[in-house]
Amino acid sequence: MAEYQNIFTRVQIAGPMHGGVPLPRGSWNRVGKPFHSHLLGLIGDAQVGPIYLGFSGIASLICGFIAFEIIGLNMWASVNWDPIQFVRQLPWLALEPPPPAYGLSILPPLAEGGWWLMAGFFLTASILLWWVRMYRRAIALGLGTHTAWAFAAPIWLYLVLGFIRPILMGSWAEAVPFGIFPHLDWTAAFSIRYGNLFYNPFHMLSIAFLYGSAVLFAMHGATVMATSRFGAEREVEQITDRGTAFERGAIFWRWTMGFNATAESIHRWAWWFAVLCPLTGGIGILLTGTVVDNWYLWGVKHGIAPPYPLIFPNVVDPSTLPGAGQ
Amino acid sequence: MTGSVRNAAIALGAFALATTAVILSQTERPPMDSVQRGYRGTAMQEIYNPRFVQAELNANKVPLSLPRLPDAGAKAGVVYKNVKVLGDESVGNFTRLMASITTWVAPTQGCAYCHDVQNMAADTLYTKVVARRMIQMVQHVNSGWKSHVAETGVTCYTCHRGQPVPAQIWFNNPGPLQAGGMAQTPAGKNHPAAIANNSSLPFDPFTPFLEHDSNIRVVPQQALPGTDRQSIKQTEWTYSLMMHFSQSLGVNCTYCHNTRSFTDWTQSTPQRMTAWYGIRMVRDLNTNFLDPLASVFPPGRLGVQGDSPKVNCATCHNGVYKPLFGATMAKDFPELTRAQ
Repeated sequence: MAEYQNIFTRVQIAGPMHGGVPLPRGSWNRVGKPFHSHLLGLIGDAQVGPIYLGFSGIASLICGFIAFEIIGLNMWASVNWDPIQFVRQLPWLALEPPPPAYGLSILPPLAEGGWWLMAGFFLTASILLWWVRMYRRAIALGLGTHTAWAFAAPIWLYLVLGFIRPILMGSWAEAVPFGIFPHLDWTAAFSIRYGNLFYNPFHMLSIAFLYGSAVLFAMHGATVMATSRFGAEREVEQITDRGTAFERGAIFWRWTMGFNATAESIHRWAWWFAVLCPLTGGIGILLTGTVVDNWYLWGVKHGIAPPYPLIFPNVVDPSTLPGAGQ
Repeated sequence: MTGSVRNAAIALGAFALATTAVILSQTERPPMDSVQRGYRGTAMQEIYNPRFVQAELNANKVPLSLPRLPDAGAKAGVVYKNVKVLGDESVGNFTRLMASITTWVAPTQGCAYCHDVQNMAADTLYTKVVARRMIQMVQHVNSGWKSHVAETGVTCYTCHRGQPVPAQIWFNNPGPLQAGGMAQTPAGKNHPAAIANNSSLPFDPFTPFLEHDSNIRVVPQQALPGTDRQSIKQTEWTYSLMMHFSQSLGVNCTYCHNTRSFTDWTQSTPQRMTAWYGIRMVRDLNTNFLDPLASVFPPGRLGVQGDSPKVNCATCHNGVYKPLFGATMAKDFPELTRAQ
């Protein structure tokens, strides 16, 4: 019996390679000769490959590569093609969206955001093609399409940030730069510009689902690992037999908090929490600047932000005092 | 455990330890001292590392002022030639100030750093011309900018700290060389910005805000969309300037702001008003005193774009909320606080 430890899978099965179930008509072939990897077997299945690429998979990889190259080469150009500086400054480098003056122009000069638009187009194409691939692979295997719809949730957030909201605002400059630190600095500046995103109720919801996902994942993972000594990860016989490892897990939670999810419903909990995190987040971003310009003042208006006693009563904007300049 | 699993576990453990060590080496160990300033629950508190305080105090010691002489006897403008700014001082106190300036600015170089020792009155050295203008600048700060320096005032030492060139100066910064051509044009950011806590924010917020008077305010004043058209990109420039304030004074955002609403003056501290005047003061000094000196400085003292060295918050503050922890040197030198 495979015994699951906290970090590594201790027992690896080195059986004959398995090519996978037969594919429906009209499919491409799976490619790559499968092999065993002991190291990967420590954290997952030891068999690597074969992989199904298909049209959408290959098109997605090509589009993704084009976007990666546009972003990377512009970053490299920004350190004058110096390979050492490229590596040293990589986390700081970025490809910026067009300046506000260009509005929604779809053909700004390449150097003035044109590259950003092009990279955004190919990255979006790559992501959407990957979504199609996930959807069609699920159908081909006779599965539900839950994974594809879950992936659609972060795609929604991505499209709101880089496409839908900039269009509603009338300016590509509202979109996020491609860069490691720059997109984080953008996030902080976004919150400052729109008067503190913490007062955005959809941001609150998104955080609740984010943290909730982490809690649920920890609870679920812990339950499965704790009951795997009784074989809880081998699902088949759990469905029919009572007094099984699964039932122990369920009873553990019933005793602990009076209520327990079921083997199916825990995954519905997890799916919805994970999906709602970017879904609500995307709504919050979409409303920012389009419907609400200053979330703190909106919070004051609707009783979310409490008034505090004045600690420093005599502070005024000096620009409003007589004789002050700007 | 099999051998390879054990080796993998050891490798993973070593990697985790090394990563933790690198991360911890970038942080300061607790405990910290905190001083609450705003209403409870608003996180308006200043954090100090008690193990750094002594070193900061040592680095901000003020030299003893020479004893001031009676304002009697002949005036410097009568006895010496070419005294354009301090002519009304007595010879004794004029000489005292000259000796003090030597200690403050050129202790190892001595009088000859500014003066032609064969003819002390001559303006042959550029340093003498600059020094004269800097004396006028100090007088201007102490008499015209009490809204920022109050009665504490400044002297040459506030910035110079025993060095001919203050440690914290700045030049117009076009940023590192970029390839140009069809590649994206420089945006003034997305390189390590030392003045903004090594973020990727704009690396020269000084030129627009502390030399020119670009608009700093970016947060809308009403809840719903109206006429406020500031962009997120613009916000990044303001953000960078604010990081410079924080670094220059060794304080948090909450030294001036209640961070739940950066823009709201009624929730801010009085220090924010002092800072507002400081921004205007620095603009005034850069445009009226330092920029015009570009033709006086030799090329080696100028920036890559041929501009003068300029001042920002760090030039005086040097990482401390009040320069020299609020020591009032200027009161010992009334000639430096006189209006022109």
